Amino acid sequence: MAVNYSAKEEADGHPSGGVGVPGGAAVGGGSGGAGKTRKPDNTAFKQQRLPAWQPILTAGTVLPAFFIIGLIFIPIGIGIFVTSNNIREYEIDYTGTDPSSPCFKCLNVSWDSIPPCTCTINFTLEHSFESNVFMYYGLSNFYQNHRRYVKSRDDSQLNGDNSSLLNPSKECEPYRTNEDKPIAPCGAIANSMFNDTLELYRIDNDTRIPITLIKKGIAWWTDKNVKFRNPTGDGNNLTALFQGTTKPVNWPKPVYMLDSEPDNNGFINEDFIVWMRTAALPTFRKLYRLIERKDNMQPTLQAGKYSLDIAYNYPVHSFDGRKRMILSTISWMGGKNPFLGIAYITVGSICFFLGVVLLIIHHKYGNRNTSADIPN
Amino acid sequence: RSLGPENLLLKGATLKNTKKIYGVAVYTGMETKMALNYQGKSQKRSAVEKSINAFLIVYLCILLSKATVCTTLKYVWQSNPFNDEPWYNEKTKKERETFKVLRMFTDFLSFMVLFNFIIPVSMYVTVEMQKFLGSFFISWDKEMYDEEIKEGALVNTSDLNEELGQVEYVFTDKTGTLTENSMEFIECCIDGHKYKDCISEVDGFSQTDGPLKYYGKAEKSREELFLRALCLCHTVQIKEGDQVDGLIGHTERKYTYISSSPDEIALVKGAEKYGFTFLGLENDFMKIQNQKNETEMYQLLHVLNFDPVRRRMSVIVRTTMGKLLLFCKGADSSIFPRVQQEEIQQTKIHVDRNAMDGYRTLCVAFKELTQKEYDKIDRQLNEAKMALQDREEKMAKVFEDTEADMHLIGATAVEDRLQEQSAETIEALHAAGMKVWVLTGDKMETAKSTCYACRLFQTSTELLELTAKVVGESERKEDRLHELLMEYHKKLIQDVPKNRGGLKRSWTLSQEYGLIIDGATLSLILNSSQDSSSSNYKNIFLQICLKCTAVLCCRMAPLQKAQIVRMVKNTKGSPITLSIGDGANDVSMILEAHVGIGIKGKEGRQASRNSDYAVPKFKHLRKLLLAHGHLYYVRIAHLVQYFFYKNLCFILPQFLYQFFCGFSQQPLYDAAYLTMYNICFTSLPILAYSLLEQHISIDTLTSDPQLYMKVSDNAMLQWRPFLYWTFLGAFEGLVFFFGVYFLFQNSSLEDNGKVFGNWTFGTIVFTVLVFTVTLKLALDTRFWTWMNHFVIWGSLAFYVFFSFFWGGVIWQVSFLFSVVLLPFLKQQRMYFVFAHMLTSVSTWLAIILLIFISLFPEILLIVLKNIKEKNHQVRNKMV
Repeated sequence: MAVNYSAKEEADGHPSGGVGVPGGAAVGGGSGGAGKTRKPDNTAFKQQRLPAWQPILTAGTVLPAFFIIGLIFIPIGIGIFVTSNNIREYEIDYTGTDPSSPCFKCLNVSWDSIPPCTCTINFTLEHSFESNVFMYYGLSNFYQNHRRYVKSRDDSQLNGDNSSLLNPSKECEPYRTNEDKPIAPCGAIANSMFNDTLELYRIDNDTRIPITLIKKGIAWWTDKNVKFRNPTGDGNNLTALFQGTTKPVNWPKPVYMLDSEPDNNGFINEDFIVWMRTAALPTFRKLYRLIERKDNMQPTLQAGKYSLDIAYNYPVHSFDGRKRMILSTISWMGGKNPFLGIAYITVGSICFFLGVVLLIIHHKYGNRNTSADIPN
Repeated sequence: RSLGPENLLLKGATLKNTKKIYGVAVYTGMETKMALNYQGKSQKRSAVEKSINAFLIVYLCILLSKATVCTTLKYVWQSNPFNDEPWYNEKTKKERETFKVLRMFTDFLSFMVLFNFIIPVSMYVTVEMQKFLGSFFISWDKEMYDEEIKEGALVNTSDLNEELGQVEYVFTDKTGTLTENSMEFIECCIDGHKYKDCISEVDGFSQTDGPLKYYGKAEKSREELFLRALCLCHTVQIKEGDQVDGLIGHTERKYTYISSSPDEIALVKGAEKYGFTFLGLENDFMKIQNQKNETEMYQLLHVLNFDPVRRRMSVIVRTTMGKLLLFCKGADSSIFPRVQQEEIQQTKIHVDRNAMDGYRTLCVAFKELTQKEYDKIDRQLNEAKMALQDREEKMAKVFEDTEADMHLIGATAVEDRLQEQSAETIEALHAAGMKVWVLTGDKMETAKSTCYACRLFQTSTELLELTAKVVGESERKEDRLHELLMEYHKKLIQDVPKNRGGLKRSWTLSQEYGLIIDGATLSLILNSSQDSSSSNYKNIFLQICLKCTAVLCCRMAPLQKAQIVRMVKNTKGSPITLSIGDGANDVSMILEAHVGIGIKGKEGRQASRNSDYAVPKFKHLRKLLLAHGHLYYVRIAHLVQYFFYKNLCFILPQFLYQFFCGFSQQPLYDAAYLTMYNICFTSLPILAYSLLEQHISIDTLTSDPQLYMKVSDNAMLQWRPFLYWTFLGAFEGLVFFFGVYFLFQNSSLEDNGKVFGNWTFGTIVFTVLVFTVTLKLALDTRFWTWMNHFVIWGSLAFYVFFSFFWGGVIWQVSFLFSVVLLPFLKQQRMYFVFAHMLTSVSTWLAIILLIFISLFPEILLIVLKNIKEKNHQVRNKMV
């Protein structure tokens, strides 16, 4: 970028030291004598003569920038692309729309079927997953970003506010009260919380070895520790604290029975918190469990046969939805997403290419410029 | 005694020499001259505002169609029952029970509310602020400050700043505007001998007997006769008083001259310079102090008043010796036929030369009357004065008879000095593509010479005349006029196609035409006969006018001036007109034109009070138009386009998001971002830009008038640039949304596998948006003062700071002000969203990439333009 820095000459009688003080006391001239003259102040600001930097974008300055940007973007893009490609990801659709699927029988399951419909899907991992594996569930055609849905929650109730607990916000309608008792947690989001249970087994010589799924550490730290809080009161007995409220209509159990561990129960249950962060698009994934790498000798998930046990509670067929289970490793840039890498490479290449083209044009014209000077 | 026009006391007359008079009030109320010349002051709106309105309609259509599309698609989408109301998202009872039509209507309105930001309401606030604050720069400009009157420019309206950069026609008054309206006696000639004062200052007293430069000498008696004539033949009054002032400064001069015509004062003062001082009129005796300091008395018998038809005046006086003398002064054309022919020749040379120099010339003649002759004249005059019918004609007849067979003594030249640099200013205005019309009440010859002097007409300019003189007085004058019109029309328009295809400024190369028209002829053209052809002639006249580079309209009544302005204003393409004048007679034209400029002149304050802008001198017009006007236009045009652009790319992602959220009116951005976008995050940089930007420096703009043409015809607010900005906004909106959309195909973007939700999605889009529109402005800024740096980087920093702050606090309902913002604050949806967003490397990379992609076309375009321009320069150099 060519830069012309021109501090415009200050008008006479005005020392250049006072540069850029608008409306300052520097009254120029001084010839006026009487202070009441209506002569305009001779300040740089009032005379529109503030010193200014006047950049000019010329071909000569932008071309190197193009090259440099191209040279920076392409390696970044390649880096991202390679990283993304190295991420192992395995996805199973267990909706069961296909009659051959083991979960076909559960397709039209309802919320409160007891015992829950269970199905098992076997799958094979071709490659081993070396680092920590993240287990996601994915839903499709599920409009968590619908306006009526997004606003249907009461954040102060979730924050442990006792008055909101018993008197939830009107935004929660029609999931605000049930049988004249306030619902905790109220609202459509909480009411439709994902409640399939997924269990993963490795099949080693026909024996099913359960894989430890960690259910903590899947929600944002700030959500878990600040935004979501159980109501406060005497003692730590959640059952007592939630006295006077009722469970969401679709839930089989009240909120204080979500988990056995007290620091993962009630509003601070992480599955619940994850669900409460509404997704941006109708097809989304949410973190379900973590599989930590045990020791350095073995991959987290080695290649081989696995089976997924599903307690199929969550009906999606009625709205033509899909359910998926995703196993994925994570890199510094998050999950697998080729977009960013490709975009960087493309933009970098275009930049570089245009740089070359413009350089040729510029060069051609530059030659003409000099040749034109000769006859003159 | 009879009562005539001379008995009329006009507004502002002072009573003297008597305690009281009896009078009858005539021409009152609506018949006063002021009321007759008054025109309703209409609201002036600039061309920019009109463009804004056109753009607004486009955006309103976009808004309506967006809302309609969304509503329609919503109901198409909802026709699937599982889309309308899936089990996880049931409607409330109330929602279910409302009528479908009502629901559709509320949906439509909700979409309107959601997308309403596309109509840049805040633009109006910013535009007003820009205009208000920007207008200070005009009044602050010290180059437009005049030391003489100790005043600078005055801005009466801030609405028309940008119109100053769009002017195509300049209508200027002559006296007091182009000239200073201070008459000065320059020289005289007596019997063909030129007398010129070597010191041109008006400083009569020190010069009483001072050395005068004589170019040859006439007889002493002739000289004295001439000077006596100057001293006697006038209607100047002496105003004594001002005693208080007199004590301070002018101890000698206890009087000032008052006259209806500044020329007469100049002549009397001129005579004073040569030793003859007019001391006043006492009981019909005019007192004169001659060169020997003796007082001479003359009995004033009759004054044959000046009128514009005769264009001369006379007095008949009786000397103390009893001699009867008639002195006459008047325009050369009216004096020469009435004097001895052999005397003319020598004087005529002087008169012609003086007229060429732009002086106002008058010839002086005298004749001696015998008592018998006088008695006859006296009787005839009295008879005529007493006549009840045709008094004017009879008077004129007597005057005609009386002022005959005179002896020419000499001629005077009075200069109405041109204002400094008015010629240069007119040249600059011409070079800037403006057409300058002079509208004056003066007579043609004077006006013409002034026009030559201020280079409105060049020597090469071919003059077309449409005046009473050319047209003649006969019955057939209409036909004659029409003939002339056709002839000129043929000359100008039909012959021109030869060099068609030339550029707008091609006229600088070909023959220039100037048109002179006077009031009588104009009214003949404008409101002549009722037949159908008259409108046709009016049209032809207009075409002729528009072809001429300079037009001089003389002998104009104030309303006619306005009529001309209106005529041009309403032609095809409605060019922007500017009127500049100093007197009350220019008020109607100042009010009529798009931009009215008043000169803070000698003729009172009426013009400057009625004007939009008032400047001390005509020369200030140059900087006002070429620099201030140009800059204001560029600034505001950019401001307007930028506002539409930034709101389009603000709302387009939100519109696109509807396709992915089931057309549920879900906002993409948080409510705080929605409200703060136009108010806090993006308002100050553009305001600073629109106040400080100088894409070309002021000095260059003032010195190179050609640059003015670059922005003529509202160039920056035509549909083409508007479409460019709109496409740019749409492109960027698409990039923002789909960039983040593809990024969110996998919403786990952090290195710990945790996922982002819809608010993060919106925040990423918003961050890219704020940075892009701000950096786009940074790209456009050619003049970076510290203030630009401060607001541009400050705005971005503020955005980041605000986002952290907004997301960093759990907004408790118990907060004091939350009562007002209750629904706003109850939701903690933004809690730590921004901070989390920034912990993700992918987000950083995506934000940088998207900002770059969005700005890329702009950078590319600048470079291509640059190359093209250089190419052009090179080609020009080769040619």
